[in-house]
Amino acid sequence: MIDEPFAIGESPLHRRDPRVKIITAITLTVLVALTDSFVVAAGAGVLALLLVLVAGLPILPVLRHLLAVNVFTLFLWLTLPLTYGGETTHLHGLALSVSGIRLAALITLKSNTIALALTALLSTSTIASLGHGLEGIGIPPRLCFILLTTYRYLFVIHQEYQRLHRAAVMRGFVARTNLHTYKTLSHLFAMTLVKSWNRAQRVHQAMLLRGFTGKLFLLRQPLLIPADYLFLASCLAACGGLATLGLC
Amino acid sequence: MHISEGVLSGPVLLGSGAATIIGTAIGLRKVNHERLMTVALLASAFFVASLIHIPLGPGSVHLLLTGLTGLILGWSAFPAILVALLLQALFFQYGGLLVLGTNTFNMAAPAVACGLILRPWLKRTKSSRTTATFLAGFCSIFFSALLTALSLRLSDTGLSQAAKILVLSHLPIMLIEGGITLFIVEFLLRVQPDILDFNSPANTNDLS
Repeated sequence: MIDEPFAIGESPLHRRDPRVKIITAITLTVLVALTDSFVVAAGAGVLALLLVLVAGLPILPVLRHLLAVNVFTLFLWLTLPLTYGGETTHLHGLALSVSGIRLAALITLKSNTIALALTALLSTSTIASLGHGLEGIGIPPRLCFILLTTYRYLFVIHQEYQRLHRAAVMRGFVARTNLHTYKTLSHLFAMTLVKSWNRAQRVHQAMLLRGFTGKLFLLRQPLLIPADYLFLASCLAACGGLATLGLC
Repeated sequence: MHISEGVLSGPVLLGSGAATIIGTAIGLRKVNHERLMTVALLASAFFVASLIHIPLGPGSVHLLLTGLTGLILGWSAFPAILVALLLQALFFQYGGLLVLGTNTFNMAAPAVACGLILRPWLKRTKSSRTTATFLAGFCSIFFSALLTALSLRLSDTGLSQAAKILVLSHLPIMLIEGGITLFIVEFLLRVQPDILDFNSPANTNDLS
Protein backbone atom coordinates (compact mmCIF):
# COMPACT_ATOMS: atom_id res chain seq x y z
CA MET A 1 0.00 0.00 0.00
CA ILE A 2 2.77 2.44 0.86
CA ASP A 3 5.34 2.20 -1.89
CA GLU A 4 7.27 4.27 -4.41
CA PRO A 5 6.55 2.49 -7.69
CA PHE A 6 8.23 5.10 -9.91
CA ALA A 7 11.32 5.90 -7.84
CA ILE A 8 13.73 3.51 -9.52
CA GLY A 9 14.55 4.04 -13.20
CA GLU A 10 17.10 5.15 -15.74
CA SER A 11 15.20 7.91 -17.57
CA PRO A 12 16.68 11.42 -17.91
CA LEU A 13 14.23 12.57 -15.23
CA HIS A 14 15.29 9.87 -12.78
CA ARG A 15 18.87 11.04 -13.15
CA ARG A 16 18.18 14.72 -12.38
CA ASP A 17 19.20 16.05 -9.01
CA PRO A 18 16.28 16.10 -6.53
CA ARG A 19 16.92 19.80 -5.74
CA VAL A 20 16.37 20.74 -9.39
CA LYS A 21 13.22 18.67 -9.56
CA ILE A 22 11.83 20.14 -6.33
CA ILE A 23 12.36 23.72 -7.57
CA THR A 24 10.71 22.88 -10.90
CA ALA A 25 7.81 21.17 -9.14
CA ILE A 26 7.22 24.17 -6.87
CA THR A 27 7.37 26.66 -9.75
CA LEU A 28 4.97 24.66 -11.90
CA THR A 29 2.58 24.10 -8.96
CA VAL A 30 2.49 27.81 -8.11
CA LEU A 31 1.90 28.75 -11.76
CA VAL A 32 -0.96 26.31 -12.29
CA ALA A 33 -2.56 26.72 -8.86
CA LEU A 34 -2.86 30.48 -9.23
CA THR A 35 -4.03 30.71 -12.85
CA ASP A 36 -7.62 31.32 -13.91
CA SER A 37 -6.98 30.70 -17.56
CA PHE A 38 -7.78 27.48 -19.39
CA VAL A 39 -4.98 28.23 -21.87
CA VAL A 40 -2.26 28.38 -19.21
CA ALA A 41 -3.63 25.31 -17.42
CA ALA A 42 -3.81 23.37 -20.69
CA GLY A 43 -0.28 24.47 -21.68
CA ALA A 44 1.03 23.33 -18.30
CA GLY A 45 -0.93 20.10 -18.79
CA VAL A 46 0.96 19.46 -22.03
CA LEU A 47 4.23 20.20 -20.24
CA ALA A 48 3.29 17.77 -17.45
CA LEU A 49 2.38 15.04 -19.96
CA LEU A 50 5.71 15.64 -21.68
CA LEU A 51 7.52 15.20 -18.36
CA VAL A 52 5.65 11.93 -17.71
CA LEU A 53 6.66 10.70 -21.19
CA VAL A 54 10.30 11.67 -20.63
CA ALA A 55 10.25 9.87 -17.31
CA GLY A 56 8.95 6.78 -19.13
CA LEU A 57 6.41 5.96 -16.43
CA PRO A 58 3.99 3.05 -16.93
CA ILE A 59 0.55 4.36 -17.95
CA LEU A 60 -1.77 2.28 -15.75
CA PRO A 61 -0.16 3.02 -12.36
CA VAL A 62 -0.03 6.72 -13.24
CA LEU A 63 -3.75 6.67 -14.03
CA ARG A 64 -4.39 4.90 -10.73
CA HIS A 65 -2.50 7.72 -8.98
CA LEU A 66 -4.72 10.26 -10.73
CA LEU A 67 -7.81 8.49 -9.41
CA ALA A 68 -7.06 9.70 -5.87
CA VAL A 69 -7.00 13.31 -7.08
CA ASN A 70 -10.28 12.94 -8.87
CA VAL A 71 -12.23 11.81 -5.81
CA PHE A 72 -12.24 15.47 -4.76
CA THR A 73 -12.97 16.79 -8.25
CA LEU A 74 -15.84 14.30 -8.53
CA PHE A 75 -17.25 15.80 -5.34
CA LEU A 76 -17.03 19.24 -7.00
CA TRP A 77 -18.68 17.96 -10.21
CA LEU A 78 -21.54 16.58 -8.11
CA THR A 79 -22.10 19.80 -6.17
CA LEU A 80 -20.92 22.82 -8.21
CA PRO A 81 -23.21 22.59 -11.28
CA LEU A 82 -26.24 22.31 -8.99
CA THR A 83 -25.31 24.92 -6.40
CA TYR A 84 -23.09 27.54 -8.07
CA GLY A 85 -25.93 29.74 -9.34
CA GLY A 86 -25.72 32.35 -12.07
CA GLU A 87 -26.67 31.59 -15.65
CA THR A 88 -28.14 28.11 -16.03
CA THR A 89 -28.57 25.61 -18.79
CA HIS A 90 -31.22 22.89 -18.73
CA LEU A 91 -30.48 19.25 -19.18
CA HIS A 92 -33.17 16.60 -18.64
CA GLY A 93 -35.05 19.04 -16.45
CA LEU A 94 -32.05 19.81 -14.23
CA ALA A 95 -30.95 23.44 -14.03
CA LEU A 96 -27.15 23.33 -14.28
CA SER A 97 -25.06 26.42 -13.63
CA VAL A 98 -22.79 27.26 -16.57
CA SER A 99 -20.15 28.96 -14.44
CA GLY A 100 -20.32 26.04 -12.00
CA ILE A 101 -19.50 23.63 -14.81
CA ARG A 102 -16.74 25.94 -16.03
CA LEU A 103 -15.18 26.14 -12.56
CA ALA A 104 -15.39 22.37 -12.05
CA ALA A 105 -13.75 21.79 -15.43
CA LEU A 106 -10.97 24.29 -14.71
CA ILE A 107 -10.28 22.77 -11.28
CA THR A 108 -10.22 19.26 -12.75
CA LEU A 109 -7.72 20.35 -15.39
CA LYS A 110 -5.53 22.14 -12.84
CA SER A 111 -5.58 19.33 -10.26
CA ASN A 112 -4.71 16.66 -12.80
CA THR A 113 -1.97 18.77 -14.36
CA ILE A 114 -0.32 19.32 -10.99
CA ALA A 115 -0.68 15.67 -10.00
CA LEU A 116 0.92 14.55 -13.28
CA ALA A 117 3.76 17.04 -12.90
CA LEU A 118 4.43 15.96 -9.30
CA THR A 119 4.36 12.29 -10.30
CA ALA A 120 6.89 12.92 -13.07
CA LEU A 121 9.13 15.20 -11.02
CA LEU A 122 8.95 13.98 -7.43
CA SER A 123 7.91 10.33 -7.63
CA THR A 124 10.99 9.67 -9.78
CA SER A 125 13.20 10.30 -6.75
CA THR A 126 13.23 8.24 -3.59
CA ILE A 127 11.75 10.01 -0.59
CA ALA A 128 15.11 9.72 1.14
CA SER A 129 16.83 11.73 -1.60
CA LEU A 130 13.94 14.22 -1.65
CA GLY A 131 14.42 14.73 2.09
CA HIS A 132 18.09 15.59 1.58
CA GLY A 133 17.15 17.66 -1.48
CA LEU A 134 14.75 19.73 0.62
CA GLU A 135 17.55 20.41 3.07
CA GLY A 136 19.67 21.44 0.10
CA ILE A 137 17.20 24.14 -0.92
CA GLY A 138 16.99 25.68 2.53
CA ILE A 139 14.25 23.84 4.44
CA PRO A 140 15.20 23.73 8.17
CA PRO A 141 17.37 20.68 8.94
CA ARG A 142 15.18 19.68 11.89
CA LEU A 143 12.12 19.47 9.68
CA CYS A 144 14.04 17.40 7.14
CA PHE A 145 15.27 15.16 9.95
CA ILE A 146 11.69 14.58 11.10
CA LEU A 147 10.65 13.89 7.50
CA LEU A 148 13.44 11.38 6.89
CA THR A 149 12.96 9.60 10.22
CA THR A 150 9.18 9.51 9.89
CA TYR A 151 9.63 7.96 6.47
CA ARG A 152 12.24 5.51 7.75
CA TYR A 153 10.01 4.19 10.54
CA LEU A 154 6.68 4.36 8.71
CA PHE A 155 7.01 0.83 7.42
CA VAL A 156 8.24 -0.54 10.74
CA ILE A 157 5.34 0.96 12.63
CA HIS A 158 2.82 -0.03 9.99
CA GLN A 159 4.06 -3.60 10.25
CA GLU A 160 3.78 -3.44 14.03
CA TYR A 161 0.15 -2.37 13.74
CA GLN A 162 -0.52 -5.10 11.20
CA ARG A 163 1.04 -7.69 13.51
CA LEU A 164 -1.26 -6.64 16.37
CA HIS A 165 -4.21 -6.62 14.00
CA ARG A 166 -3.39 -10.09 12.68
CA ALA A 167 -3.13 -11.40 16.22
CA ALA A 168 -6.57 -9.97 16.98
CA VAL A 169 -8.06 -11.50 13.83
CA MET A 170 -6.59 -14.90 14.71
CA ARG A 171 -8.40 -14.65 18.03
CA GLY A 172 -11.68 -14.23 16.18
CA PHE A 173 -11.91 -10.42 15.90
CA VAL A 174 -14.26 -9.27 13.12
CA ALA A 175 -14.62 -5.54 12.46
CA ARG A 176 -18.26 -4.42 12.55
CA THR A 177 -20.07 -1.20 13.33
CA ASN A 178 -20.20 -1.64 17.11
CA LEU A 179 -18.58 -0.42 20.29
CA HIS A 180 -16.48 -3.55 20.69
CA THR A 181 -14.83 -2.97 17.29
CA TYR A 182 -14.15 0.68 18.03
CA LYS A 183 -12.63 -0.20 21.39
CA THR A 184 -10.49 -2.98 19.97
CA LEU A 185 -9.14 -0.88 17.10
CA SER A 186 -8.43 1.98 19.54
CA HIS A 187 -6.48 -0.34 21.79
CA LEU A 188 -4.55 -1.80 18.85
CA PHE A 189 -3.53 1.69 17.76
CA ALA A 190 -2.78 2.81 21.33
CA MET A 191 -0.47 -0.20 21.67
CA THR A 192 1.19 0.85 18.40
CA LEU A 193 1.74 4.31 19.92
CA VAL A 194 3.32 2.76 23.02
CA LYS A 195 5.64 0.68 20.84
CA SER A 196 6.59 3.72 18.73
CA TRP A 197 7.27 5.72 21.88
CA ASN A 198 9.58 3.08 23.30
CA ARG A 199 11.24 2.47 19.96
CA ALA A 200 11.96 6.21 19.69
CA GLN A 201 13.80 6.09 23.04
CA ARG A 202 15.88 3.10 21.95
CA VAL A 203 16.73 4.53 18.53
CA HIS A 204 17.67 7.86 20.07
CA GLN A 205 19.94 6.16 22.60
CA ALA A 206 21.52 4.03 19.88
CA MET A 207 22.17 7.11 17.76
CA LEU A 208 23.67 9.00 20.71
CA LEU A 209 26.07 6.09 21.17
CA ARG A 210 27.13 6.56 17.55
CA GLY A 211 27.82 10.24 18.10
CA PHE A 212 24.58 11.74 16.80
CA THR A 213 24.46 15.50 17.32
CA GLY A 214 21.26 16.34 15.45
CA LYS A 215 22.67 16.40 11.95
CA LEU A 216 22.55 13.69 9.31
CA PHE A 217 25.50 13.55 6.94
CA LEU A 218 25.36 12.40 3.36
CA LEU A 219 28.05 9.94 2.36
CA ARG A 220 28.01 11.23 -1.19
CA GLN A 221 27.22 14.91 -1.56
CA PRO A 222 25.77 15.12 -5.08
CA LEU A 223 26.99 17.93 -7.32
CA LEU A 224 24.79 19.61 -9.89
CA ILE A 225 25.93 18.68 -13.40
CA PRO A 226 25.34 20.77 -16.57
CA ALA A 227 22.36 18.59 -17.53
CA ASP A 228 20.69 19.59 -14.24
CA TYR A 229 21.16 23.29 -14.97
CA LEU A 230 19.92 22.80 -18.53
CA PHE A 231 16.82 20.97 -17.31
CA LEU A 232 16.09 23.61 -14.67
CA ALA A 233 16.59 26.46 -17.14
CA SER A 234 14.33 24.96 -19.80
CA CYS A 235 11.58 24.12 -17.29
CA LEU A 236 11.69 27.58 -15.75
CA ALA A 237 11.67 29.13 -19.24
CA ALA A 238 8.59 27.07 -20.13
CA CYS A 239 6.89 28.19 -16.90
CA GLY A 240 7.85 31.80 -17.61
CA GLY A 241 6.42 31.52 -21.12
CA LEU A 242 3.15 30.15 -19.78
CA ALA A 243 2.99 32.88 -17.14
CA THR A 244 3.39 35.67 -19.74
CA LEU A 245 0.76 33.91 -21.86
CA GLY A 246 -1.59 34.18 -18.91
CA LEU A 247 -0.84 37.87 -18.37
CA CYS A 248 -1.52 39.03 -21.93
CA MET B 1 -10.67 16.53 4.07
CA HIS B 2 -7.73 17.08 1.74
CA ILE B 3 -8.25 19.89 -0.71
CA SER B 4 -6.73 19.15 -4.09
CA GLU B 5 -4.29 21.53 -5.70
CA GLY B 6 -5.85 24.03 -8.07
CA VAL B 7 -9.05 24.69 -6.11
CA LEU B 8 -8.15 27.54 -3.79
CA SER B 9 -7.45 31.16 -4.62
CA GLY B 10 -4.10 32.88 -4.19
CA PRO B 11 -4.85 34.89 -1.03
CA VAL B 12 -6.20 31.81 0.81
CA LEU B 13 -3.16 29.74 -0.20
CA LEU B 14 -0.78 32.51 0.83
CA GLY B 15 -2.49 33.30 4.14
CA SER B 16 -2.76 29.74 5.38
CA GLY B 17 0.69 28.93 4.00
CA ALA B 18 2.19 31.77 6.05
CA ALA B 19 0.29 30.56 9.14
CA THR B 20 1.65 27.05 8.61
CA ILE B 21 5.21 28.36 8.34
CA ILE B 22 4.80 30.25 11.62
CA GLY B 23 3.18 27.27 13.37
CA THR B 24 5.86 24.89 12.15
CA ALA B 25 8.61 27.28 13.22
CA ILE B 26 7.15 27.48 16.74
CA GLY B 27 6.68 23.70 16.78
CA LEU B 28 10.26 23.07 15.71
CA ARG B 29 11.60 25.49 18.30
CA LYS B 30 9.66 23.67 21.05
CA VAL B 31 11.20 20.28 20.29
CA ASN B 32 14.59 19.87 21.82
CA HIS B 33 17.24 17.60 20.41
CA GLU B 34 16.24 14.71 22.70
CA ARG B 35 12.65 14.85 21.52
CA LEU B 36 13.16 14.98 17.73
CA MET B 37 13.14 11.21 17.38
CA THR B 38 9.94 10.88 19.41
CA VAL B 39 8.16 13.50 17.30
CA ALA B 40 9.26 11.67 14.15
CA LEU B 41 8.12 8.26 15.35
CA LEU B 42 4.79 9.60 16.59
CA ALA B 43 4.36 11.25 13.19
CA SER B 44 4.86 7.83 11.59
CA ALA B 45 2.32 6.37 14.00
CA PHE B 46 -0.23 9.03 13.07
CA PHE B 47 0.43 8.37 9.41
CA VAL B 48 -0.34 4.71 10.12
CA ALA B 49 -3.56 5.81 11.87
CA SER B 50 -4.73 7.31 8.59
CA LEU B 51 -4.44 3.85 7.04
CA ILE B 52 -6.73 2.28 9.67
CA HIS B 53 -10.27 1.91 8.44
CA ILE B 54 -13.08 2.03 10.95
CA PRO B 55 -16.26 0.29 9.80
CA LEU B 56 -19.28 2.56 9.69
CA GLY B 57 -22.48 0.98 8.44
CA PRO B 58 -21.95 -0.27 4.91
CA GLY B 59 -18.76 1.73 4.35
CA SER B 60 -15.77 2.75 6.40
CA VAL B 61 -13.93 5.91 7.40
CA HIS B 62 -10.26 6.30 8.10
CA LEU B 63 -8.86 7.69 11.33
CA LEU B 64 -7.28 11.15 11.54
CA LEU B 65 -6.55 11.45 15.28
CA THR B 66 -5.33 15.02 14.97
CA GLY B 67 -6.92 15.78 18.34
CA LEU B 68 -4.79 13.09 19.98
CA THR B 69 -1.72 14.39 18.14
CA GLY B 70 -2.37 17.83 19.61
CA LEU B 71 -2.97 16.43 23.11
CA ILE B 72 0.33 14.55 23.08
CA LEU B 73 2.62 16.84 21.09
CA GLY B 74 1.22 20.35 21.68
CA TRP B 75 2.88 22.80 19.29
CA SER B 76 5.06 20.05 17.85
CA ALA B 77 1.90 18.67 16.22
CA PHE B 78 2.48 21.29 13.51
CA PRO B 79 5.70 19.80 12.07
CA ALA B 80 4.42 16.25 12.70
CA ILE B 81 1.21 16.85 10.74
CA LEU B 82 3.08 18.75 8.02
CA VAL B 83 5.45 15.83 7.51
CA ALA B 84 2.64 13.25 7.57
CA LEU B 85 0.65 15.23 4.98
CA LEU B 86 3.73 15.72 2.78
CA LEU B 87 4.33 11.97 2.82
CA GLN B 88 0.67 11.38 1.97
CA ALA B 89 0.98 13.81 -0.93
CA LEU B 90 4.06 11.98 -2.18
CA PHE B 91 2.68 8.46 -1.72
CA PHE B 92 -0.96 8.87 -2.62
CA GLN B 93 -1.19 12.18 -4.50
CA TYR B 94 -3.51 13.62 -1.84
CA GLY B 95 -3.16 17.37 -2.25
CA GLY B 96 -0.15 19.09 -3.76
CA LEU B 97 2.79 21.20 -2.72
CA LEU B 98 1.21 24.63 -2.51
CA VAL B 99 -2.06 23.47 -0.96
CA LEU B 100 0.02 21.56 1.61
CA GLY B 101 0.24 24.80 3.61
CA THR B 102 -3.53 25.13 3.69
CA ASN B 103 -4.16 21.46 4.44
CA THR B 104 -1.58 21.51 7.24
CA PHE B 105 -3.03 24.65 8.78
CA ASN B 106 -6.58 23.27 8.58
CA MET B 107 -5.58 20.07 10.35
CA ALA B 108 -2.85 21.24 12.72
CA ALA B 109 -4.25 24.52 14.04
CA PRO B 110 -7.35 22.89 15.62
CA ALA B 111 -5.17 20.03 16.86
CA VAL B 112 -2.76 22.40 18.63
CA ALA B 113 -5.60 24.54 20.00
CA CYS B 114 -7.46 21.49 21.36
CA GLY B 115 -4.25 20.12 22.80
CA LEU B 116 -3.27 23.31 24.58
CA ILE B 117 -6.75 24.12 25.90
CA LEU B 118 -7.88 20.64 26.91
CA ARG B 119 -4.70 19.09 28.24
CA PRO B 120 -4.88 20.65 31.73
CA TRP B 121 -8.26 18.90 32.14
CA LEU B 122 -6.61 15.47 31.89
CA LYS B 123 -5.14 15.94 35.38
CA ARG B 124 -8.46 16.67 37.12
CA THR B 125 -11.34 14.32 37.93
CA LYS B 126 -12.16 11.27 35.84
CA SER B 127 -15.28 12.84 34.38
CA SER B 128 -13.46 15.99 33.32
CA ARG B 129 -10.80 13.80 31.73
CA THR B 130 -13.42 11.83 29.82
CA THR B 131 -15.09 15.01 28.59
CA ALA B 132 -11.80 16.63 27.63
CA THR B 133 -10.49 13.68 25.60
CA PHE B 134 -13.80 13.20 23.80
CA LEU B 135 -13.91 16.91 23.03
CA ALA B 136 -10.31 16.86 21.77
CA GLY B 137 -11.22 14.24 19.16
CA PHE B 138 -14.57 15.79 18.32
CA CYS B 139 -13.60 19.46 18.18
CA SER B 140 -10.36 18.97 16.27
CA ILE B 141 -12.28 17.35 13.40
CA PHE B 142 -15.14 19.84 13.69
CA PHE B 143 -12.85 22.85 13.43
CA SER B 144 -10.73 21.21 10.73
CA ALA B 145 -13.86 20.64 8.65
CA LEU B 146 -14.93 24.21 9.38
CA LEU B 147 -11.55 25.64 8.34
CA THR B 148 -11.56 23.50 5.19
CA ALA B 149 -15.05 24.77 4.39
CA LEU B 150 -13.94 28.32 5.11
CA SER B 151 -10.93 28.04 2.78
CA LEU B 152 -13.25 26.84 0.01
CA ARG B 153 -15.76 29.57 0.73
CA LEU B 154 -13.17 32.37 0.84
CA SER B 155 -11.73 31.19 -2.46
CA ASP B 156 -15.03 31.36 -4.30
CA THR B 157 -18.45 32.07 -2.81
CA GLY B 158 -19.93 29.62 -5.32
CA LEU B 159 -18.22 26.88 -3.34
CA SER B 160 -20.16 27.62 -0.14
CA GLN B 161 -22.79 24.92 -0.72
CA ALA B 162 -20.07 22.36 -1.35
CA ALA B 163 -18.41 23.61 1.85
CA LYS B 164 -21.63 23.10 3.87
CA ILE B 165 -22.00 19.55 2.56
CA LEU B 166 -18.38 18.91 3.52
CA VAL B 167 -18.93 19.95 7.16
CA LEU B 168 -22.16 17.97 7.52
CA SER B 169 -20.67 14.83 6.00
CA HIS B 170 -17.96 14.94 8.66
CA LEU B 171 -20.41 14.79 11.60
CA PRO B 172 -20.24 10.99 12.06
CA ILE B 173 -16.44 11.17 11.78
CA MET B 174 -16.35 13.74 14.60
CA LEU B 175 -18.30 11.41 16.89
CA ILE B 176 -16.11 8.42 16.02
CA GLU B 177 -12.91 10.42 16.49
CA GLY B 178 -14.14 11.64 19.87
CA GLY B 179 -14.86 8.11 21.05
CA ILE B 180 -11.66 6.62 19.67
CA THR B 181 -9.53 9.40 21.18
CA LEU B 182 -11.20 8.69 24.53
CA PHE B 183 -10.46 4.93 24.36
CA ILE B 184 -6.86 5.54 23.30
CA VAL B 185 -6.16 8.02 26.11
CA GLU B 186 -7.68 5.67 28.70
CA PHE B 187 -5.46 2.88 27.37
CA LEU B 188 -2.34 5.06 27.40
CA LEU B 189 -3.01 6.19 30.97
CA ARG B 190 -3.07 2.56 32.07
CA VAL B 191 -0.14 1.31 29.96
CA GLN B 192 2.32 4.19 29.41
CA PRO B 193 1.13 7.38 31.06
CA ASP B 194 4.36 9.28 30.36
CA ILE B 195 3.34 9.61 26.68
CA LEU B 196 0.72 12.10 27.81
CA ASP B 197 3.38 14.05 29.70
CA PHE B 198 5.39 14.51 26.52
CA ASN B 199 6.07 18.20 27.04
CA SER B 200 6.86 18.23 30.73
CA PRO B 201 10.55 18.94 31.35
CA ALA B 202 10.84 16.16 33.92
CA ASN B 203 10.09 13.63 31.24
CA THR B 204 13.34 13.54 29.31
CA ASN B 205 14.70 10.16 30.30
CA ASP B 206 17.56 10.25 27.86
CA LEU B 207 21.21 9.62 28.44
CA SER B 208 22.75 12.95 27.57
